[in-house]
Amino acid sequence: MLTATGLVAGYRRGPDVLPGISISLAPGRVIGVQGPSGCGKSTLIRVLALLHPPRAGRLELDGDPVHRFRHAAPAAQRRRVGVIFQHPRAAADPRHTLRRIVAAHLPADAPAGEADRLSDLVGLTPDLLDRRPHEVSDGQLQRACLARTLGSDPRYLLCDEMTAMLDASSAATLVHLIRTQTDEGRRGALLVSHDPALLDATCDDVIHWNDLTAAAPRSPGTPTI
Amino acid sequence: MNPANPVNPANPAGATPPPPLLRAERLSVRFRLRDSIVQAVTDASFELRPGRLLTLVGESGCGKSVLAAALLGLLPGNAEIRGAVRLDTPDGPLELTTAPERTLARRVRGRKVALVPQSAATALTPVRTVRAQLTETLRALRPDVDDRDREADRLAETVGLAPAALDRYPHELSGGMAQRAVLTLALAGDPDVILADEPTSGLDRPLVDHTMDALRALADDGRAILLITHDIAAAERAATDLAVMYASRIVEQGPAGDMFADPLHPYTRALLDATPGRGFRPLPGHPPNLSALPSGCAFRARCPERETCTDDPALAPVTPRRSLACARPRVPAARAEEPAEDAC
Repeated sequence: MLTATGLVAGYRRGPDVLPGISISLAPGRVIGVQGPSGCGKSTLIRVLALLHPPRAGRLELDGDPVHRFRHAAPAAQRRRVGVIFQHPRAAADPRHTLRRIVAAHLPADAPAGEADRLSDLVGLTPDLLDRRPHEVSDGQLQRACLARTLGSDPRYLLCDEMTAMLDASSAATLVHLIRTQTDEGRRGALLVSHDPALLDATCDDVIHWNDLTAAAPRSPGTPTI
Repeated sequence: MNPANPVNPANPAGATPPPPLLRAERLSVRFRLRDSIVQAVTDASFELRPGRLLTLVGESGCGKSVLAAALLGLLPGNAEIRGAVRLDTPDGPLELTTAPERTLARRVRGRKVALVPQSAATALTPVRTVRAQLTETLRALRPDVDDRDREADRLAETVGLAPAALDRYPHELSGGMAQRAVLTLALAGDPDVILADEPTSGLDRPLVDHTMDALRALADDGRAILLITHDIAAAERAATDLAVMYASRIVEQGPAGDMFADPLHPYTRALLDATPGRGFRPLPGHPPNLSALPSGCAFRARCPERETCTDDPALAPVTPRRSLACARPRVPAARAEEPAEDAC
């Protein structure tokens, strides 16, 4: 279980972006968080992915409290959460082939051919693996990013507007892959999106951003969203 | 069934439809690379008429954006164009594919045919206010306008942007405001034809809807609009006509309402079924590489009906208003077709 209690977060000396949010994610579940652009959804993902230290609140990974974030986070905790970002082009090194991108998060002792297995899992054909990002579509590159994330065998998949840049067919493909990954009960997924139709069609539970923040105790400095 | 349809003010039922402002005939674009040829657009034929909003949909990388660039002469040097694109101008028809750069720059771009670019926030100059950019555009495109500030305010109001927002810098605008600011720039030259290339990618649903409504209002105002998008829901909201593109070819074309209600091409059906509201079923496989297209129907490898199909189809009319490129042609379900109107 990935559990956040009363998360408060912001940037530099700016106001709180997360006003004290509590949310939990269990393996086997797909949870959706819906909210408009700029409401703080991506910040929530960044904190849950240990990429941004919160100002207050408690984060627990399978019962263990998380104290350190970013590069200071212990590898064992870092590898338990995987993120898929909105812009696959910004998240992939343009100089690397898709094969190298997919293999980036594999542990050093991964069996040979593991990258090929992951690529096959997300529907990338072998001829695509020798190409670089500019030679594939956004949908194909996002599949590679998903395969890369699965390389560390994360228990929690955090998807930040994963399909906003993709066409309908690629979006449906990616979402089905996420569902398949969670169906066996080994992984849970949190999808944040502004698209209610997508979340309703995908998730076991959809939480609206306003409901997440309404539960939070409002401090005087908390901006209204 | 009562065939009454919403009447378009610029095109009332019964009246002769106005002639197209822009007509593309068998437009093809090839890119010559070192060791291959990319077939980006093949034999695209369509018309842009006043009062109509033609939406071109298809998966990423099918050639949609190249088509828009071809209409404005904005293709890179290694592109080869075949076919014809005729633009209606007061001095008679102008052939855009062979027009010299000087003509395109001084008479066409911005003045007759304007482009709404893909990423609004990056299309604006970050170091100048929107008003500075808009009045500069007005000075270049319409020197006869005396009070450029007032005209800028009017343009902003047309697209639902508060005139005060014009005095902000691009980074001070939200995504939706930046989108509307870019729309005012496209309207500055009072163009007849507007090409909008993925104007809503990355925007959230209310902003997408707002942008679509703004474009539709411009069409209802008598302009001809080509909207290029991969967002099926956006297309459904705004389009009067729909064209579906797959692997460089238009495979189905017709009035938007009819096509959403009764898609004929297996690809159109698959594309609609992939949207969250209609089943969310992914298409199997990948779109083909445009530098190595198979002979015959490019969709055959992914088509659910491929077992019984061998022919190489060309886009051909199935009703007066709809055309289809499929070797297994079918007629629309027994829905009352709209009364005969010229095909679009």
